[in-house]
Amino acid sequence: MAELSGKYLVGVYDDDDTVLHAVPRLRKAGVKIKEVYSPFPIHGMDEALGHPRTRIGIAAFMFGVTGCICALTLMIWTMGIDWPMIVGGKDPISIPNYIPITFELTVLFTAFGMVTTFFISNGLGPGSHFHPRFDLRSTDNKFVMAIDLGRNSMTVDEISRALKDSGAEEVNIKQF
Amino acid sequence: MASAHSIPSIEERFEFTSGAKRNLLIGGGVGLALIALGAYLAATGGGGHEAAAHGAEHAAAAVGHGAAEHGASGHGAVSAAAGSHHEKSWVARIWANLWVNGVYFTGMSVIGMFFISYNYLAQAGWSAVFKRVPEALPAFLPFTGVVLLLTFIFGGHDLFHWTHEGLYEVGGPEYDRIIAGKRGFLNTPFFLIRLVIYFVVWYGLWRVIRNLSLQEDEIGGTEFYEKSIRFGTAFLVVFGVTSSTSAWDFVMSIDTHWFSTMFGWYTLASWHVAGLAVITLTVVMLRERGYLRAVNSSHMRDLGKFVFAFSIFWTYVWFAQFLLIYYANLPEETIYFIERFRGYGGFYKAPFFITLFLNFFFPFLVLMTRDAKYTHSILKVACWSVIIGHYMDFYTNIMPGSVGAGAELGALEWGFFLLFLCAFAYTIASQLEKANLIPRNHPMLEESLHHDIA
Repeated sequence: MAELSGKYLVGVYDDDDTVLHAVPRLRKAGVKIKEVYSPFPIHGMDEALGHPRTRIGIAAFMFGVTGCICALTLMIWTMGIDWPMIVGGKDPISIPNYIPITFELTVLFTAFGMVTTFFISNGLGPGSHFHPRFDLRSTDNKFVMAIDLGRNSMTVDEISRALKDSGAEEVNIKQF
Repeated sequence: MASAHSIPSIEERFEFTSGAKRNLLIGGGVGLALIALGAYLAATGGGGHEAAAHGAEHAAAAVGHGAAEHGASGHGAVSAAAGSHHEKSWVARIWANLWVNGVYFTGMSVIGMFFISYNYLAQAGWSAVFKRVPEALPAFLPFTGVVLLLTFIFGGHDLFHWTHEGLYEVGGPEYDRIIAGKRGFLNTPFFLIRLVIYFVVWYGLWRVIRNLSLQEDEIGGTEFYEKSIRFGTAFLVVFGVTSSTSAWDFVMSIDTHWFSTMFGWYTLASWHVAGLAVITLTVVMLRERGYLRAVNSSHMRDLGKFVFAFSIFWTYVWFAQFLLIYYANLPEETIYFIERFRGYGGFYKAPFFITLFLNFFFPFLVLMTRDAKYTHSILKVACWSVIIGHYMDFYTNIMPGSVGAGAELGALEWGFFLLFLCAFAYTIASQLEKANLIPRNHPMLEESLHHDIA
């Protein structure tokens, strides 16, 4: 089905509840859904689409630990070992003095790390080119379901009918 | 997925079984036995810490402590007469234990009221389903109120340095200009008036809200809810002031010379996270016994987040107070931490750092992941860590200034803690029995039953 690669079937829904209920129905019928686009987050949509749970929390923890270690290393090395300095009558290495900066760098590393991870894993940011716009109304008042025809074994007609049955008001074909 | 839940019945009646009653009574009995054992050991001088540490330690402490804190006489003279000090110290230890537990359990009880009040004010929906649990906590206030009142009347002289009359005699041997300057606030009649006012107002407002809630259960409608918002807000206004002043009175005035502008916040943070741990633990235990089936994993996760977030908040306030004093290095302020680090032979150093571990590092790391926040076993471990950790927190705040070198962490301390804990649990369970476990006519109940944070 080479002629179908890059071709998408786009179902447009009017209601978030309709699309939320359409997803498990279509998946049960054997349709492989690429993604649902919505003006606002729909509770339960991730589970309905069968998306694996995000691992960004683990990444955040790792970035945080990195930031914590970097901050402590930096301060202990510069203030305590390389050029020992006494500030406010405290020992050159005095951990309580370092806590605020350690906290700040932990947060900074976590925030930057998570944003970078998010951009990379979503194919956003400089150097990424493929941004399909299935239907611009998904940023306004419609809920848009995209189905990659190249990855589905069902025929276009079968899928369109299933989409219509599940409550889609329009079904369009998009080619990228 | 919200739509996939089938909502369990909201008609639930908690039964305080005779088995549970027996267990709590046995727990209280064990507590009493430990107290008797501890008191016997202390009175006959069996305490290792005190016996071993007495001479050397007091001398060491007196260098940093005696001079600045108590003047030339005061404790220095008492420690010289080791025999008489010893007799006094074990009685003082009992008063101090009553005071530590009284203050701590007062806090946990009143936080139940604090929790429902800010939930009313915010018109929060999610918490409605387990609202009976925080609502049950303040029922313990009369008990701790009486404990604190009697302890102050009979043992206040041992606990509060500022109650010593000699401090105020101008030109007398014990005259203390700084403490005399605080007399307008720290004097026995005003202290007693404040103590009574706190408990009457806190308990009174709780009774109003509790009655409205019970009537709402029978009659329904939004009228009780609207009224509860108003009384809850009134409580928050009152508590905004009294949480700080009671922290000064109950805890900070023990170290009479010392003061910290963070202290009200600090004590409130401590009470709050401990109260949230009690609420979470009670919900978990009720669920394990087959109650509160309508509480779903989203509620549990939010409760877990509450405990997680407020253990960080406590640490933040704790550290902010510590760091300012550490940086500024003013002798009259650092004495507070020096007493806990090096004073009395370094006895308080262990509780000081155990507090930090149990209240921050442990719950922080254990409750960090998403799944941990609704896993019953992990929540239980984290909540117990916080509950015991904040007991240690109040212990390290109250003991050095009241009993100092005479303090221990033995049978007497754990006996009192166990006794209070069992009494608290007994009160909560009796309150839960009085009404339907789920507030069936709460206007926000429907929202709460469908609470879903995905």
